[in-house]
Amino acid sequence: MKPAPFGYARAATLDDVFSLLAEHGDDAKIIAGGQSLMATLNMRLSEPEILIDINRIDGLAGIEDTGDTIRIGAMTRHVDVEESHLVATHAPMIAAAMEHIAHPAIRNRGTFGGSIAFADPAAELPACAVALEATMHVAGKGGTRDIAATDFFKGLYETAVGEGEILTAVSVPKIAAGWKSGFMELARRHGDYAIMGLCAHLQFDGAKFGDTRLIFFNAGDRPVSAPQTAALLNGQSWSGELSEKLSASLKEELDPPDDLNADGPMRKHLAGVLVKRTLAPLAGA
Amino acid sequence: MDKNVDISLTVNGEKITKRVEARTNLVDFLRYDVGLTGSHVGCEHGVCGACTIRVDGRIVRGCLMAAAQADGADVWTIEGVTETGEIRALQDAFVERNALQCGFCTPGMLLTIAELMERKPDASRDEIREYISGNYCRCTGYQAIVDAVEMTRGTMGRMGASAGKTGASVGRKGASA
Repeated sequence: MKPAPFGYARAATLDDVFSLLAEHGDDAKIIAGGQSLMATLNMRLSEPEILIDINRIDGLAGIEDTGDTIRIGAMTRHVDVEESHLVATHAPMIAAAMEHIAHPAIRNRGTFGGSIAFADPAAELPACAVALEATMHVAGKGGTRDIAATDFFKGLYETAVGEGEILTAVSVPKIAAGWKSGFMELARRHGDYAIMGLCAHLQFDGAKFGDTRLIFFNAGDRPVSAPQTAALLNGQSWSGELSEKLSASLKEELDPPDDLNADGPMRKHLAGVLVKRTLAPLAGA
Repeated sequence: MDKNVDISLTVNGEKITKRVEARTNLVDFLRYDVGLTGSHVGCEHGVCGACTIRVDGRIVRGCLMAAAQADGADVWTIEGVTETGEIRALQDAFVERNALQCGFCTPGMLLTIAELMERKPDASRDEIREYISGNYCRCTGYQAIVDAVEMTRGTMGRMGASAGKTGASVGRKGASA
Protein backbone atom coordinates (compact mmCIF):
# COMPACT_ATOMS: atom_id res chain seq x y z
CA MET A 1 0.00 0.00 0.00
CA LYS A 2 0.93 3.66 -0.23
CA PRO A 3 1.07 5.98 2.79
CA ALA A 4 -1.56 8.64 3.44
CA PRO A 5 -0.27 12.11 2.46
CA PHE A 6 1.98 13.85 4.99
CA GLY A 7 4.22 16.87 5.21
CA TYR A 8 7.97 16.65 5.55
CA ALA A 9 10.44 18.80 7.45
CA ARG A 10 14.17 18.34 7.43
CA ALA A 11 15.59 19.36 10.80
CA ALA A 12 19.08 20.86 10.72
CA THR A 13 19.46 21.10 14.50
CA LEU A 14 17.91 19.67 17.65
CA ASP A 15 16.28 23.08 18.20
CA ASP A 16 14.45 22.61 14.88
CA VAL A 17 13.17 19.27 16.21
CA PHE A 18 11.97 20.84 19.47
CA SER A 19 10.16 23.65 17.60
CA LEU A 20 8.51 21.22 15.18
CA LEU A 21 7.48 18.92 18.04
CA ALA A 22 6.06 21.89 19.94
CA GLU A 23 4.13 23.00 16.86
CA HIS A 24 2.76 19.63 15.76
CA GLY A 25 2.68 17.53 18.94
CA ASP A 26 1.31 14.05 18.41
CA ASP A 27 0.65 14.76 14.73
CA ALA A 28 4.40 14.63 14.07
CA LYS A 29 6.60 11.56 13.81
CA ILE A 30 10.38 11.65 13.96
CA ILE A 31 12.03 9.67 11.17
CA ALA A 32 15.54 8.32 11.73
CA GLY A 33 16.42 5.26 9.62
CA GLY A 34 12.72 4.76 8.95
CA GLN A 35 13.01 0.98 8.70
CA SER A 36 10.03 0.39 10.96
CA LEU A 37 8.23 3.72 10.47
CA MET A 38 8.13 3.59 6.66
CA ALA A 39 6.61 0.11 6.79
CA THR A 40 3.90 1.24 9.21
CA LEU A 41 3.21 4.32 7.03
CA ASN A 42 3.01 2.17 3.90
CA MET A 43 0.47 -0.06 5.64
CA ARG A 44 -1.38 3.01 7.00
CA LEU A 45 -1.01 1.75 10.54
CA SER A 46 0.21 5.25 11.27
CA GLU A 47 -0.95 8.47 9.58
CA PRO A 48 1.06 11.41 10.90
CA GLU A 49 0.56 14.96 9.62
CA ILE A 50 4.26 15.52 9.26
CA LEU A 51 7.56 13.64 9.34
CA ILE A 52 10.50 15.31 11.08
CA ASP A 53 13.64 13.98 9.41
CA ILE A 54 16.64 13.98 11.77
CA ASN A 55 19.12 12.45 9.31
CA ARG A 56 20.88 15.75 8.61
CA ILE A 57 21.49 16.83 12.21
CA ASP A 58 25.22 16.99 12.93
CA GLY A 59 26.55 15.11 15.92
CA LEU A 60 23.77 12.55 16.34
CA ALA A 61 25.76 9.71 14.76
CA GLY A 62 29.00 8.13 15.87
CA ILE A 63 30.51 5.81 18.45
CA GLU A 64 32.93 7.09 21.04
CA ASP A 65 34.93 5.78 23.96
CA THR A 66 34.13 7.91 27.01
CA GLY A 67 36.31 5.95 29.45
CA ASP A 68 33.88 3.74 31.35
CA THR A 69 31.31 3.56 28.60
CA ILE A 70 30.83 3.39 24.85
CA ARG A 71 28.54 6.18 23.75
CA ILE A 72 26.52 5.37 20.65
CA GLY A 73 24.78 8.29 18.93
CA ALA A 74 21.10 7.73 18.18
CA MET A 75 21.57 8.19 14.40
CA THR A 76 24.41 5.65 14.20
CA ARG A 77 23.48 3.13 11.50
CA HIS A 78 23.31 -0.54 12.46
CA VAL A 79 26.03 -1.34 9.91
CA ASP A 80 28.43 1.04 11.67
CA VAL A 81 27.73 -0.57 15.04
CA GLU A 82 28.21 -3.98 13.43
CA GLU A 83 31.62 -2.97 12.07
CA SER A 84 32.76 -1.05 15.17
CA HIS A 85 35.91 -2.27 16.85
CA LEU A 86 34.96 -0.37 20.02
CA VAL A 87 31.63 -2.18 20.23
CA ALA A 88 33.20 -5.58 19.50
CA THR A 89 35.78 -5.05 22.26
CA HIS A 90 33.67 -3.45 24.98
CA ALA A 91 30.09 -4.52 24.26
CA PRO A 92 30.35 -8.03 22.77
CA MET A 93 26.64 -8.67 23.41
CA ILE A 94 25.68 -5.86 21.06
CA ALA A 95 28.27 -7.00 18.52
CA ALA A 96 26.74 -10.50 18.60
CA ALA A 97 23.21 -9.12 18.26
CA MET A 98 23.84 -7.01 15.16
CA GLU A 99 23.79 -9.73 12.51
CA HIS A 100 20.35 -10.78 13.75
CA ILE A 101 18.84 -7.35 13.16
CA ALA A 102 16.96 -7.80 9.89
CA HIS A 103 19.04 -7.93 6.72
CA PRO A 104 22.06 -6.04 5.31
CA ALA A 105 19.98 -3.55 3.31
CA ILE A 106 18.00 -2.70 6.45
CA ARG A 107 21.10 -2.49 8.66
CA ASN A 108 22.60 -0.03 6.18
CA ARG A 109 19.78 2.39 6.86
CA GLY A 110 18.28 1.54 10.26
CA THR A 111 19.68 3.24 13.35
CA PHE A 112 20.69 2.19 16.85
CA GLY A 113 18.65 4.93 18.53
CA GLY A 114 15.67 4.36 16.27
CA SER A 115 15.44 0.73 17.30
CA ILE A 116 15.62 1.66 20.98
CA ALA A 117 13.19 4.59 20.79
CA PHE A 118 10.69 2.51 18.78
CA ALA A 119 10.74 -0.04 21.65
CA ASP A 120 9.47 -3.04 19.75
CA PRO A 121 9.38 -5.82 22.36
CA ALA A 122 10.63 -8.28 19.72
CA ALA A 123 13.70 -6.17 18.87
CA GLU A 124 17.21 -7.07 19.98
CA LEU A 125 18.68 -3.74 21.06
CA PRO A 126 16.20 -2.77 23.78
CA ALA A 127 16.91 -6.09 25.50
CA CYS A 128 20.68 -5.61 25.12
CA ALA A 129 20.40 -2.12 26.62
CA VAL A 130 18.54 -3.45 29.66
CA ALA A 131 20.89 -6.43 30.12
CA LEU A 132 23.94 -4.15 29.96
CA GLU A 133 22.32 -1.50 32.20
CA ALA A 134 22.86 1.19 29.58
CA THR A 135 21.91 4.82 30.06
CA MET A 136 19.66 6.61 27.57
CA HIS A 137 20.35 10.29 26.88
CA VAL A 138 17.25 12.30 26.06
CA ALA A 139 17.05 15.96 25.02
CA GLY A 140 14.17 18.44 25.07
CA LYS A 141 13.69 22.20 24.93
CA GLY A 142 14.35 22.43 28.65
CA GLY A 143 17.65 20.54 28.51
CA THR A 144 18.89 16.97 28.67
CA ARG A 145 18.26 14.11 31.04
CA ASP A 146 19.54 10.58 31.51
CA ILE A 147 17.27 7.58 31.95
CA ALA A 148 18.42 4.12 33.09
CA ALA A 149 17.59 1.44 30.52
CA THR A 150 15.72 -0.47 33.21
CA ASP A 151 13.32 2.53 33.59
CA PHE A 152 13.16 3.37 29.89
CA PHE A 153 10.80 0.78 28.44
CA LYS A 154 7.26 1.40 29.65
CA GLY A 155 5.21 -0.99 27.55
CA LEU A 156 4.40 -1.95 23.98
CA TYR A 157 6.21 0.67 21.83
CA GLU A 158 6.21 2.97 24.88
CA THR A 159 9.24 4.60 26.43
CA ALA A 160 10.11 7.21 29.02
CA VAL A 161 10.87 9.75 26.26
CA GLY A 162 8.47 12.56 27.06
CA GLU A 163 6.46 14.98 24.95
CA GLY A 164 8.76 17.24 22.96
CA GLU A 165 11.81 15.10 23.69
CA ILE A 166 14.11 12.99 21.55
CA LEU A 167 16.60 10.21 22.28
CA THR A 168 20.06 11.47 21.31
CA ALA A 169 22.49 8.75 22.44
CA VAL A 170 22.94 5.62 24.52
CA SER A 171 25.88 4.98 26.83
CA VAL A 172 26.77 1.33 27.31
CA PRO A 173 29.06 0.40 30.22
CA LYS A 174 32.18 -1.43 29.07
CA ILE A 175 32.17 -5.10 29.95
CA ALA A 176 34.11 -5.57 33.20
CA ALA A 177 36.84 -8.13 33.84
CA GLY A 178 35.34 -11.48 34.87
CA TRP A 179 32.07 -10.86 32.99
CA LYS A 180 30.84 -12.57 29.85
CA SER A 181 27.95 -11.79 27.52
CA GLY A 182 25.76 -14.20 25.64
CA PHE A 183 23.20 -13.50 22.92
CA MET A 184 20.89 -15.90 21.14
CA GLU A 185 17.58 -15.78 19.34
CA LEU A 186 15.32 -18.28 17.63
CA ALA A 187 13.77 -17.21 14.31
CA ARG A 188 12.30 -19.09 11.38
CA ARG A 189 14.30 -17.10 8.83
CA HIS A 190 17.64 -15.44 9.63
CA GLY A 191 16.94 -11.74 10.12
CA ASP A 192 13.24 -12.07 10.86
CA TYR A 193 11.95 -10.98 14.24
CA ALA A 194 12.80 -13.63 16.79
CA ILE A 195 10.14 -15.97 18.15
CA MET A 196 12.07 -15.33 21.34
CA GLY A 197 15.60 -14.30 22.27
CA LEU A 198 17.92 -13.97 25.24
CA CYS A 199 20.53 -11.45 26.34
CA ALA A 200 22.63 -12.88 29.18
CA HIS A 201 25.22 -10.88 31.09
CA LEU A 202 27.14 -12.98 33.61
CA GLN A 203 29.90 -12.65 36.12
CA PHE A 204 32.16 -15.66 36.58
CA ASP A 205 34.24 -16.73 39.55
CA GLY A 206 36.34 -19.40 37.87
CA ALA A 207 33.84 -21.94 36.53
CA LYS A 208 31.12 -20.73 38.90
CA PHE A 209 28.45 -18.19 38.03
CA GLY A 210 28.27 -14.98 40.06
CA ASP A 211 25.86 -12.08 39.37
CA THR A 212 23.71 -12.84 36.36
CA ARG A 213 21.21 -10.90 34.30
CA LEU A 214 18.84 -12.75 32.00
CA ILE A 215 16.74 -10.53 29.74
CA PHE A 216 14.36 -12.05 27.21
CA PHE A 217 12.88 -10.34 24.16
CA ASN A 218 9.57 -11.08 22.48
CA ALA A 219 8.54 -12.50 25.85
CA GLY A 220 6.21 -9.66 26.90
CA ASP A 221 5.37 -6.05 26.13
CA ARG A 222 8.98 -4.91 26.78
CA PRO A 223 12.34 -6.54 27.55
CA VAL A 224 11.58 -9.11 30.26
CA SER A 225 13.96 -9.77 33.12
CA ALA A 226 14.08 -13.13 34.95
CA PRO A 227 15.79 -12.24 38.24
CA GLN A 228 14.53 -15.25 40.24
CA THR A 229 15.93 -17.68 37.71
CA ALA A 230 19.14 -15.67 37.40
CA ALA A 231 19.60 -15.87 41.18
CA LEU A 232 19.60 -19.67 40.98
CA LEU A 233 22.88 -19.46 39.07
CA ASN A 234 24.76 -17.67 41.82
CA GLY A 235 27.66 -19.82 43.08
CA GLN A 236 26.77 -22.74 40.79
CA SER A 237 28.71 -24.49 38.02
CA TRP A 238 26.98 -25.55 34.82
CA SER A 239 25.37 -28.99 34.91
CA GLY A 240 22.46 -30.85 33.36
CA GLU A 241 20.71 -30.73 36.70
CA LEU A 242 21.12 -26.94 36.93
CA SER A 243 19.83 -26.59 33.37
CA GLU A 244 16.65 -28.51 34.30
CA LYS A 245 16.20 -26.36 37.37
CA LEU A 246 16.55 -23.16 35.33
CA SER A 247 14.02 -24.36 32.73
CA ALA A 248 11.51 -25.21 35.45
CA SER A 249 12.04 -21.85 37.12
CA LEU A 250 11.57 -19.94 33.84
CA LYS A 251 8.21 -21.67 33.33
CA GLU A 252 7.12 -20.21 36.67
CA GLU A 253 8.70 -16.81 36.26
CA LEU A 254 7.84 -15.88 32.66
CA ASP A 255 4.40 -15.18 31.25
CA PRO A 256 5.01 -14.81 27.51
CA PRO A 257 2.16 -13.97 25.11
CA ASP A 258 0.53 -16.09 22.42
CA ASP A 259 0.88 -14.99 18.81
CA LEU A 260 0.92 -16.46 15.32
CA ASN A 261 4.48 -17.76 15.69
CA ALA A 262 4.26 -19.45 19.08
CA ASP A 263 1.94 -19.77 22.05
CA GLY A 264 2.87 -18.99 25.64
CA PRO A 265 3.73 -22.58 26.69
CA MET A 266 6.00 -22.99 23.67
CA ARG A 267 7.78 -19.72 24.51
CA LYS A 268 8.25 -20.91 28.11
CA HIS A 269 9.86 -24.03 26.71
CA LEU A 270 12.05 -21.98 24.36
CA ALA A 271 13.24 -19.85 27.30
CA GLY A 272 14.85 -22.96 28.79
CA VAL A 273 16.34 -23.91 25.41
CA LEU A 274 17.81 -20.41 25.00
CA VAL A 275 19.33 -20.41 28.49
CA LYS A 276 20.87 -23.84 27.98
CA ARG A 277 22.31 -23.04 24.56
CA THR A 278 23.63 -19.65 25.66
CA LEU A 279 25.02 -20.44 29.09
CA ALA A 280 26.58 -23.87 28.58
CA PRO A 281 29.24 -22.65 26.10
CA LEU A 282 29.98 -19.56 28.22
CA ALA A 283 30.54 -21.82 31.22
CA GLY A 284 32.88 -23.94 29.11
CA ALA A 285 30.53 -26.92 29.32
CA MET B 1 0.92 22.32 5.04
CA ASP B 2 2.87 21.70 1.85
CA LYS B 3 2.97 17.99 1.22
CA ASN B 4 5.44 18.29 -1.66
CA VAL B 5 9.21 18.50 -1.53
CA ASP B 6 11.79 19.66 -4.09
CA ILE B 7 14.64 17.20 -4.44
CA SER B 8 17.83 17.11 -6.42
CA LEU B 9 19.84 13.91 -6.66
CA THR B 10 22.03 11.83 -8.94
CA VAL B 11 20.56 8.66 -10.42
CA ASN B 12 22.94 6.37 -12.29
CA GLY B 13 25.33 9.28 -12.68
CA GLU B 14 22.70 11.67 -14.05
CA LYS B 15 21.58 14.76 -12.16
CA ILE B 16 17.82 14.90 -11.58
CA THR B 17 15.70 17.66 -10.02
CA LYS B 18 12.02 17.03 -9.32
CA ARG B 19 9.14 18.04 -7.11
CA VAL B 20 7.70 14.99 -5.34
CA GLU B 21 4.97 14.22 -2.89
CA ALA B 22 6.55 13.76 0.55
CA ARG B 23 4.88 10.37 0.84
CA THR B 24 6.49 9.04 -2.36
CA ASN B 25 8.99 6.34 -1.55
CA LEU B 26 12.28 6.14 -3.39
CA VAL B 27 11.45 3.09 -5.49
CA ASP B 28 8.16 4.57 -6.70
CA PHE B 29 9.99 7.80 -7.51
CA LEU B 30 12.50 5.85 -9.61
CA ARG B 31 9.78 3.89 -11.38
CA TYR B 32 7.15 6.57 -11.99
CA ASP B 33 9.03 9.88 -11.97
CA VAL B 34 12.33 8.78 -13.51
CA GLY B 35 11.01 5.88 -15.59
CA LEU B 36 13.48 3.29 -14.30
CA THR B 37 11.33 0.21 -13.82
CA GLY B 38 14.14 -2.28 -13.15
CA SER B 39 13.74 -1.87 -9.38
CA HIS B 40 10.64 -3.83 -8.45
CA VAL B 41 7.95 -3.28 -5.85
CA GLY B 42 6.93 -6.36 -3.93
CA CYS B 43 5.75 -6.26 -0.34
CA GLU B 44 6.15 -2.51 0.32
CA HIS B 45 7.09 -3.13 3.94
CA GLY B 46 10.72 -4.13 3.78
CA VAL B 47 10.42 -7.90 3.80
CA CYS B 48 10.94 -9.10 0.22
CA GLY B 49 13.99 -7.17 -1.03
CA ALA B 50 12.70 -6.74 -4.61
CA CYS B 51 13.15 -2.96 -4.36
CA THR B 52 16.82 -3.09 -3.30
CA ILE B 53 18.82 -0.16 -4.70
CA ARG B 54 22.15 1.46 -3.90
CA VAL B 55 22.17 4.81 -2.11
CA ASP B 56 25.48 6.53 -1.34
CA GLY B 57 27.36 3.28 -1.86
CA ARG B 58 25.16 1.04 0.28
CA ILE B 59 22.16 -1.10 -0.57
CA VAL B 60 18.83 -0.05 0.93
CA ARG B 61 15.18 -0.95 0.66
CA GLY B 62 13.69 1.45 -1.88
CA CYS B 63 10.27 1.08 -0.23
CA LEU B 64 11.56 2.09 3.23
CA MET B 65 13.14 5.38 2.22
CA ALA B 66 11.22 8.48 1.21
CA ALA B 67 12.31 10.09 -2.05
CA ALA B 68 12.52 13.32 -0.04
CA GLN B 69 15.27 11.72 2.05
CA ALA B 70 17.32 11.02 -1.07
CA ASP B 71 17.89 14.73 -1.72
CA GLY B 72 21.58 15.09 -2.49
CA ALA B 73 22.12 11.32 -2.66
CA ASP B 74 23.98 9.25 -5.23
CA VAL B 75 21.52 6.53 -6.30
CA TRP B 76 22.31 3.51 -8.48
CA THR B 77 19.76 1.08 -9.85
CA ILE B 78 20.05 -2.16 -11.80
CA GLU B 79 19.92 -0.12 -15.04
CA GLY B 80 22.99 1.88 -14.01
CA VAL B 81 25.18 -0.98 -12.86
CA THR B 82 24.22 -2.95 -15.98
CA GLU B 83 25.23 -0.05 -18.21
CA THR B 84 28.61 0.42 -16.53
CA GLY B 85 29.35 -3.30 -16.78
CA GLU B 86 30.16 -3.44 -13.07
CA ILE B 87 28.22 -6.65 -12.48
CA ARG B 88 28.57 -8.20 -15.96
CA ALA B 89 30.31 -11.36 -14.69
CA LEU B 90 27.63 -11.89 -12.05
CA GLN B 91 24.84 -11.42 -14.59
CA ASP B 92 26.53 -13.90 -16.96
CA ALA B 93 26.81 -16.40 -14.11
CA PHE B 94 23.09 -15.98 -13.33
CA VAL B 95 22.29 -16.86 -16.95
CA GLU B 96 24.77 -19.74 -17.02
CA ARG B 97 23.46 -21.28 -13.79
CA ASN B 98 19.77 -20.54 -14.43
CA ALA B 99 19.78 -18.52 -11.22
CA LEU B 100 16.39 -17.00 -12.05
CA GLN B 101 13.08 -18.13 -13.39
CA CYS B 102 10.50 -15.35 -13.30
CA GLY B 103 13.20 -12.74 -12.68
CA PHE B 104 11.16 -10.54 -10.35
CA CYS B 105 13.69 -10.75 -7.49
CA THR B 106 16.76 -10.64 -9.74
CA PRO B 107 17.56 -6.89 -9.81
CA GLY B 108 17.46 -6.70 -6.00
CA MET B 109 19.32 -9.96 -5.69
CA LEU B 110 22.11 -8.76 -8.00
CA LEU B 111 22.63 -5.48 -6.12
CA THR B 112 22.68 -7.31 -2.79
CA ILE B 113 25.24 -9.82 -4.07
CA ALA B 114 27.35 -7.03 -5.60
CA GLU B 115 27.63 -5.52 -2.10
CA LEU B 116 28.44 -8.90 -0.57
CA MET B 117 31.24 -9.45 -3.08
CA GLU B 118 32.72 -6.11 -2.20
CA ARG B 119 32.40 -6.48 1.59
CA LYS B 120 33.07 -10.20 1.95
CA PRO B 121 34.73 -11.47 -1.24
CA ASP B 122 35.54 -14.83 0.37
CA ALA B 123 32.06 -15.48 1.83
CA SER B 124 31.19 -19.14 2.35
CA ARG B 125 27.96 -20.63 0.96
CA ASP B 126 26.37 -20.13 4.39
CA GLU B 127 27.47 -16.51 4.47
CA ILE B 128 26.13 -15.95 0.95
CA ARG B 129 22.76 -17.37 2.04
CA GLU B 130 22.79 -15.17 5.12
CA TYR B 131 23.55 -12.06 3.08
CA ILE B 132 20.70 -12.72 0.65
CA SER B 133 18.33 -13.77 3.45
CA GLY B 134 16.53 -10.45 2.97
CA ASN B 135 15.84 -11.10 -0.71
CA TYR B 136 12.98 -13.48 -1.37
CA CYS B 137 13.11 -15.67 -4.47
CA ARG B 138 10.01 -17.82 -4.81
CA CYS B 139 11.23 -19.75 -7.89
CA THR B 140 14.76 -21.07 -7.53
CA GLY B 141 15.21 -22.35 -4.00
CA TYR B 142 18.41 -20.23 -3.95
CA GLN B 143 20.74 -23.14 -4.80
CA ALA B 144 21.49 -21.87 -8.29
CA ILE B 145 21.84 -18.29 -7.03
CA VAL B 146 24.49 -19.33 -4.52
CA ASP B 147 26.19 -21.37 -7.27
CA ALA B 148 26.25 -18.29 -9.50
CA VAL B 149 27.88 -16.21 -6.78
CA GLU B 150 30.58 -18.82 -6.27
CA MET B 151 31.06 -19.11 -10.02
CA THR B 152 31.50 -15.36 -10.39
CA ARG B 153 34.22 -15.31 -7.79
CA GLY B 154 35.99 -18.02 -9.76
CA THR B 155 35.88 -16.15 -13.07
CA MET B 156 36.76 -12.84 -11.49
CA GLY B 157 39.76 -14.39 -9.76
CA ARG B 158 38.96 -12.51 -6.54
CA MET B 159 39.19 -15.65 -4.46
CA GLY B 160 42.92 -16.34 -4.64
CA ALA B 161 43.67 -19.88 -3.48
CA SER B 162 40.09 -20.96 -3.06
CA ALA B 163 39.08 -19.91 -6.58
CA GLY B 164 40.11 -23.32 -7.89
CA LYS B 165 38.00 -25.08 -5.32
CA THR B 166 35.01 -22.94 -6.21
CA GLY B 167 35.47 -23.64 -9.90
CA ALA B 168 35.62 -27.38 -9.25
CA SER B 169 32.44 -27.45 -7.21
CA VAL B 170 30.56 -25.44 -9.82
CA GLY B 171 31.83 -27.82 -12.51
CA ARG B 172 30.58 -30.81 -10.58
CA LYS B 173 27.15 -29.34 -10.10
CA GLY B 174 27.11 -28.30 -13.75
CA ALA B 175 27.87 -31.88 -14.81
CA SER B 176 25.11 -33.37 -12.72
CA ALA B 177 22.49 -30.80 -13.75
